[in-house]
Amino acid sequence: MTVRGIDIWRFLHTNAFRIAAVYFVLFAASVLALLVFFYFSTADFLEREIEATVDAEIRGLQEQHDFQGLVGVIHERSAPGRADNMLYLLTDPLLNPLAGNLSQWPREARQVRPGWFLFPIQVSTRNGPETHNVLCSVFVLGNGDHLLVGRDLRDATMFRIRILTTLAWSGLIALGLGIAGGVIMTRNMLRRVEAVAKTTEQIIRGDFAQRVPLSGSGDEFDQLGSNLNVMLDQIERLMAGMRQVTDNIAHDLRTPLSRLRARLEVTLLEKPDTGRYAEALRETISEADQLLGTFNALLSIAEAEAGSRRDTATVVDLSEIARAVAELYEPVAEEKGLVLSFDAPQPVNVRGDRHLLSQAIANLLDNALKYTPAGRVTLSVRSADQTARVEVADSGPGIPADRREAVFDRFVRLEGSRSTPGNGLGLSLVRAVARLHDGTATLEDNNPGLKAIFTLPIAPEQAEPAVSDSFPPLAEGA
Amino acid sequence: MPLSSPGMKLLLIEDDQKTADYIAKGLAESGYVVDHAYEGRDGLFMASGGGYDALVVDRMLPGMDGLALIAALRAAEVKTPVLILSAMGAVDDRVKGLRAGGDDYLVKPFAFAELLARIEALLRRGPASAATVKIKAGALEMDLLARNVTRSGREIDLLPREFRLLEFLMRHAGQVVTRTMLLENVWDYHFDPQTNVIDVHVSRLRQKIDKGFDKPMLQTVRGAGYRLNVE
Repeated sequence: MTVRGIDIWRFLHTNAFRIAAVYFVLFAASVLALLVFFYFSTADFLEREIEATVDAEIRGLQEQHDFQGLVGVIHERSAPGRADNMLYLLTDPLLNPLAGNLSQWPREARQVRPGWFLFPIQVSTRNGPETHNVLCSVFVLGNGDHLLVGRDLRDATMFRIRILTTLAWSGLIALGLGIAGGVIMTRNMLRRVEAVAKTTEQIIRGDFAQRVPLSGSGDEFDQLGSNLNVMLDQIERLMAGMRQVTDNIAHDLRTPLSRLRARLEVTLLEKPDTGRYAEALRETISEADQLLGTFNALLSIAEAEAGSRRDTATVVDLSEIARAVAELYEPVAEEKGLVLSFDAPQPVNVRGDRHLLSQAIANLLDNALKYTPAGRVTLSVRSADQTARVEVADSGPGIPADRREAVFDRFVRLEGSRSTPGNGLGLSLVRAVARLHDGTATLEDNNPGLKAIFTLPIAPEQAEPAVSDSFPPLAEGA
Repeated sequence: MPLSSPGMKLLLIEDDQKTADYIAKGLAESGYVVDHAYEGRDGLFMASGGGYDALVVDRMLPGMDGLALIAALRAAEVKTPVLILSAMGAVDDRVKGLRAGGDDYLVKPFAFAELLARIEALLRRGPASAATVKIKAGALEMDLLARNVTRSGREIDLLPREFRLLEFLMRHAGQVVTRTMLLENVWDYHFDPQTNVIDVHVSRLRQKIDKGFDKPMLQTVRGAGYRLNVE
């Protein structure tokens, strides 16, 4: 069963419908309570007014009786043509009518007791005979005569019916509006949720470019949608990264693997010669080592990107980490005739993984030392505006501005650097480590040379003290 | 490669048949007597019997996990040194392995020379020496308190890191020590620093301890690492 594309059964089982139904029940109950209150207060008011009228009439007639003949007055009051719906009957003590527009004393009032009572009368109208209710009061006069003053309740009843009808209609209209509002509200909500569901279904089916449409109102649904979209972007980026890695591994490892295989095959084809065999094996081992190096570097990047080492993060002193790395590379610089200067005037505490941060700084320093033929390399650590900043500046040939982003991609090596050993993964790891620590990794012009900048947020003050990188005791025997 | 520790008995616990075969063959070539278990529980049974000088344990094993095996051995007071082999190379994996009672942790894939060097280091482990103040290796003497080093009585001036590098080499005098071992133990780094930084550090140290002496002590072992000769 569907109505304009919406499956009713599904609709009845939606959360939106449930919410709408609850609101509708509450709304209907309030409307009903309001109407009941209105009806009873109105009806009550009418009744009081009739009673007051009859009361006043009796009191008036009583006064008339005290001063002059009552019969005439009643004759006059009950003369046909008067349309105030008042009924009068004056009888003698034996209830024989003397005057009035009632033909006989009502049976309901036989036991004459002062007070109010109701009795029906037959009235002939244009539409034929009708039974009307009469509300009356009875009074025994000083001479024993009985006086009955009443009022035909027909008008009042009619009025009451009209009120009821009106109230019933207003109730129906209110409920109708409530239902319509609920349905519109629910459908609106449902449509937004449906849009999200539809998008995710498309994505599940493999269309990863789909995004949740936003209404632009910035409401909760928009927020949900935009969060989903950000998440999808992130997933897509990661997937693209993975795909690229797979492609690159396939490409980058296939060449050396085929070379390796070919070398072994050719060696086997040649005349057996222990010397050449040994040489071929040595070359094969060195090639395998290179392959493993590339493989390990890719794994490190993947791990940093997956954030799987997050749990090892502690507060560490970045200056100390950089100092240790500088010390590791200092002899390399010296051997190459470069000046490596280290500049970190004070401790800079960050929250992170000491090993990954060491490796990132080592990669930057390694690059700088590798590509700077002569001159100076400076490693500095500074903190400003809650940001720790590691800079590795060199006086080498630099990188053209339009290539400074590309070199962060995996396996990207610039022309002219291919003769230098390296796998094109160093900067990729630096960036992955930076991202893992909510930081950035960029390259700038050092005029002349290149400046690599690695930033990450400063650890909050109250955090535990930095783990110092001072010499731990040597592990015995390891 | 010279036969390092002939006749020493090793137990290899590794489930992959091919890997196990080549490791066992390589170790036998190097003069070790190698027993082999393919499964954790068998391995634990064999190792509990004692009689082995060192165990080489793969971390992921059928039947019983490698770390559980080591923990069980240590709980049973079996103190045989253990080298853990594992494909899991993250720092906390390593920490977990050593905490379970392993003595060294080698990440797969590894160079065979690396495995040999580490087994040798485990086998030649001296008694616990936290209280040791002086180390002697051939003509070299190191005072850990005064932080000075002499060769044949002549004082050698070393930087702090060179001191630690030499300390490690002296504690493993006569053994092959790989670059990775030096990087892990002297610098506490578990990554490959691409450029051969270790070589540069070692050659600097060599300059200081061998310069002016006829017989060089710090020797490069091709395809493996370095050795501090004490003969």
